Amino acid sequence: MNLQLLAVITVDGLVYASYLFMVAVGLTVIFGVQKVLNVTHGAFYSFGAYLAAQMIGLYYGADWPAYGGFAIIVLSAVFLGVVFAFLIERGLLKYLYHRDEHIIVLATFAAFLMLEDIQILIWGMNPYLAFQPMAELGTTDIADLTFDNYSLSMIALSFVIAAVLWYALKRTIWGKMLLAVIYDREVSQAMGINVTAVFLGTFMIGAFLGALGGAYIAPTISVQPGIGVEVIVLAFAVVVIGGMGSIPGALIGSIIVGLSRAAAVHMLPEVELFVIYAIMALVLAIRPQGLFAPVQARKI
Amino acid sequence: MTFGKITAVAAGLAVILAGATAVSAQTVKMAVPSFLTGAAAPAFGIPAQRGAELIIRGINNGELPAPYDIKGLAGRQIEAIFYDESGGGTKQVTEMRNKVQKEGIDVLAGYISSGTCSAVARVAEELKLLTILTVCGTPRVFEELVPNPKYVFRTMNHGTGNNVSAAHYVTKKLGAKVKGMVGINQNYAWGQDSWRDFHLAMAVLSPKVKVASKQQFPKLFSGQYGAEISSLLRAKQNLVHSSFWGGDLEAFIGQASARGLFKKKMFVFTVGETVAYRLGKKFPQGLMIGTRGPYGMYAVDNKNPLNVWFQREYRKAYKEQPSQPGYQYAQGILGVKYAYDNAAKANGGNFPSKDQVIKALEGATFPSIAGEVKMGLSHGHQGLTPDMWGVSVWDKKRGETVVKDVITFPASCIMPPDGVKSIDWLKGGMKGAKC
Amino acid sequence: MKGVYDKTFWGLTIGLVAVLLLNLFLADWLRGIGLQSLSRGMVALGLLVLWRTGLVSFGHALFFGFGAYTAALLQRVGINDFFVLLLAGTASAGLLAYGLGFLLRRYRAIYFALLNMAFSMILWGVIAKLEVLGSTDGIGVRPPSYLGFAFEGETNQMILFAFTAIFTYLVALATHLYLRSTLGHLTMAVRENEIRVEYLGYSVERAIHLKYIISGLVAGFGGVVMAFAVGHVDPDSMAYWPVSGDFVFITILSGSGNVAAPIIGAVVYEMIRSYAFEYFPHVWQLIMGGSLLLIIMFLPDGLWSLLERTRRKKSVG
Repeated sequence: MNLQLLAVITVDGLVYASYLFMVAVGLTVIFGVQKVLNVTHGAFYSFGAYLAAQMIGLYYGADWPAYGGFAIIVLSAVFLGVVFAFLIERGLLKYLYHRDEHIIVLATFAAFLMLEDIQILIWGMNPYLAFQPMAELGTTDIADLTFDNYSLSMIALSFVIAAVLWYALKRTIWGKMLLAVIYDREVSQAMGINVTAVFLGTFMIGAFLGALGGAYIAPTISVQPGIGVEVIVLAFAVVVIGGMGSIPGALIGSIIVGLSRAAAVHMLPEVELFVIYAIMALVLAIRPQGLFAPVQARKI
Repeated sequence: MTFGKITAVAAGLAVILAGATAVSAQTVKMAVPSFLTGAAAPAFGIPAQRGAELIIRGINNGELPAPYDIKGLAGRQIEAIFYDESGGGTKQVTEMRNKVQKEGIDVLAGYISSGTCSAVARVAEELKLLTILTVCGTPRVFEELVPNPKYVFRTMNHGTGNNVSAAHYVTKKLGAKVKGMVGINQNYAWGQDSWRDFHLAMAVLSPKVKVASKQQFPKLFSGQYGAEISSLLRAKQNLVHSSFWGGDLEAFIGQASARGLFKKKMFVFTVGETVAYRLGKKFPQGLMIGTRGPYGMYAVDNKNPLNVWFQREYRKAYKEQPSQPGYQYAQGILGVKYAYDNAAKANGGNFPSKDQVIKALEGATFPSIAGEVKMGLSHGHQGLTPDMWGVSVWDKKRGETVVKDVITFPASCIMPPDGVKSIDWLKGGMKGAKC
Repeated sequence: MKGVYDKTFWGLTIGLVAVLLLNLFLADWLRGIGLQSLSRGMVALGLLVLWRTGLVSFGHALFFGFGAYTAALLQRVGINDFFVLLLAGTASAGLLAYGLGFLLRRYRAIYFALLNMAFSMILWGVIAKLEVLGSTDGIGVRPPSYLGFAFEGETNQMILFAFTAIFTYLVALATHLYLRSTLGHLTMAVRENEIRVEYLGYSVERAIHLKYIISGLVAGFGGVVMAFAVGHVDPDSMAYWPVSGDFVFITILSGSGNVAAPIIGAVVYEMIRSYAFEYFPHVWQLIMGGSLLLIIMFLPDGLWSLLERTRRKKSVG
């Protein structure tokens, strides 16, 4: 294998890894705190993509400065994060925390099915295209190949998200409270932590991240029905590989899958379809709890 | 519970169980499945439904020009039932049974996915349902699944014809300019078949063209093609074949345009026209794009009165240009109308029986929107049309993409002769083709 | 040890007789729904067995699809007897479950669920990739023969339905007896506290492995029935992850109260889906999701609890 190919695989792999990370990080945040494997995450993604694509279309139609498109992307995600937190967490999950975890997964699956159709009722069947921000950023040549800066910016954004989350978790009082809640819900409540607020806040952040993934990826794709379904399994796989609820895990998991997939595309495209599931099965077979499993207390 | 109540409940149950089988004698019930939800809806399902809706309106109101100017099917109005094709083969078989056994449909015209057609073909025969497959492309329907069809028809070329004509066009138009070829197709039956047919046809027509050792087969609906685009940019080959469609194609075009891929390679998109209108100016110029026949973009300037009506009314009703699926669904329904009307004629003007309708369609040549369809293969159940290929170019005056350098290939040139399996025909050097 | 002839036995027997009688003059489309209900109900029955231990699989389409494809492929090479194909499909899925069980029995909770999903997606990928297996277009399945007798059209459906009902009855009964046995009861305790069960001297892993094989067997059975009921197998309807989701859907909808619950649940599920599809072609998923949510919120123990509730009321009044 020559160096140029190695460089290309690395860049392609990191771009895909950042896509996976942005798709998966919200899922892992919510699972880490609430222990909810949230299927509606797919809807956060697709709603984020739709809202951003629609707003970008309106924005660029109005001839305002181009960089504003990025503000639109973030604002759409913030808006959806708040809306979904109240809708799904307050409106549904609140009543289910005491139930079996499988029931909760299924409840979110049901909510996801409904949101899929609600999305069609809101935005219709026609695809939304919002290529403008991608065109805005231009291209860079790496290893004799042209890459678009927008995709490269996804790599940077992913690291920023990972760093901010890591800092918030490890270095702030909020993070400490969160860890307490993760470790023991009841005791932390007794210690005076407002668990309800922590849950709502976490869900808001998770939903925001899911919507941000969709919103930021929207300019690179055609936003249309069905995109949410496709990302759910991807996000599941990444989160399982990395260790459920672990943010570094999601990051490393994304990078492993991203690089493997890029290597497959360049050298052995026949296996592209399986790469992610094969890695998932392999990791689980060797390390059942994923690469970065949070320690779990064994209750006797 | 009183006896009266029990009777009422029982009667209610009976109605539910028996379904609404009562068919009004004055209509022909026609089921029209297409993708109403999911990823195949925008590019295929919705335009298909619109084409069907429009032609049914035209038939019922007698708006169409001759020879279809008589109202209805053999005088009876069409009662259309549109429903969703999504949910997979199993679901669609169940739906077909429901439509026949519960709602008592007379005819079904539709289906986009090859997977659906493969699943329902044999069941349609079993249910004795007159079924017009309108879009789905797999040749296996008549070559393997129902080799002796009675009730199932397909009113357009199968997928092989499209890829063979693409190979002809590439050979004629580019000739020695092609320095090797490579494929990028979605990893499912349609993508795999398309690449196989194209590269076999190229091996016959342009044997000197070298084929890349690795072809790209990304997962269907994956949406992210960064690595694939890098791989194509690095490839030595300068011709790329792709059967991408819908959202995947739009995403691919967006991502590949940003990285200048279309300036470096020549592209054949076998069903590229499905997204060309919607992308408007963003659709790259100079791509070879197909419609699997003389449909959509290739029919824009066709002066056939039926086509003039269809183009005008479609644009008026839906505020968009008619693309291939709309034409193909309308064509299937016109086939039904042709069969009913002619069967009635042969029946002394009386409403025909199902067998008479089938006899009228078997082996027939019926006028379609932009040309004729000859039911020439598989005992007169597989349609044949010419196929047209050209290169995309932006027409400033119209404000939409059009095709130039168009070449028309007759069906005898691109479809296998009757009784020969597509794959054997391709591997055997396409013997008997008349170009 | 209680006798075999308990309430469930009589319930199932009466159910079987009723279904066999109904089969004779059922509307054709309802027979189709009935067949599919039995098929999906079987898989849900397998999931119920696991659920009693507190395990849920998001990947049982793996065994469903494996059984279906085994039957379809064997038919291709010339074996066409219904009983042979049913046995082969069921056994092959059971064998697969036996093999995977060595790995999966070590997993609990969501990891168990997701590892199953990973395997089912690998099967899906293999089928979708391989043209010999028909890729995503799938392969056709002809009506089978029954010990040398072959039937056409609706008669075939009728015979198929009758045999499927009988086998379903036997499988449900066997499962019921298993669940009532000491081993069956024991695994209920696993759900509550696994470590204490180990202290009792039982191997939890082995008990779970057995359950996993049972669930794989019945899922394979369901797959073969579906292949014949539909006359076609394809990866998207047989092995894609939402298919597994539907099975879990039916299991939760039904409740884990009784082996008959999944079958009743499957019928209800098919009916909702069929009518939602017919009357709300654009928003049928909304109806499906909505019904599921209602069940989860207001009928936490599934449809079966409705039956039990009425029975309790009766005995009070």
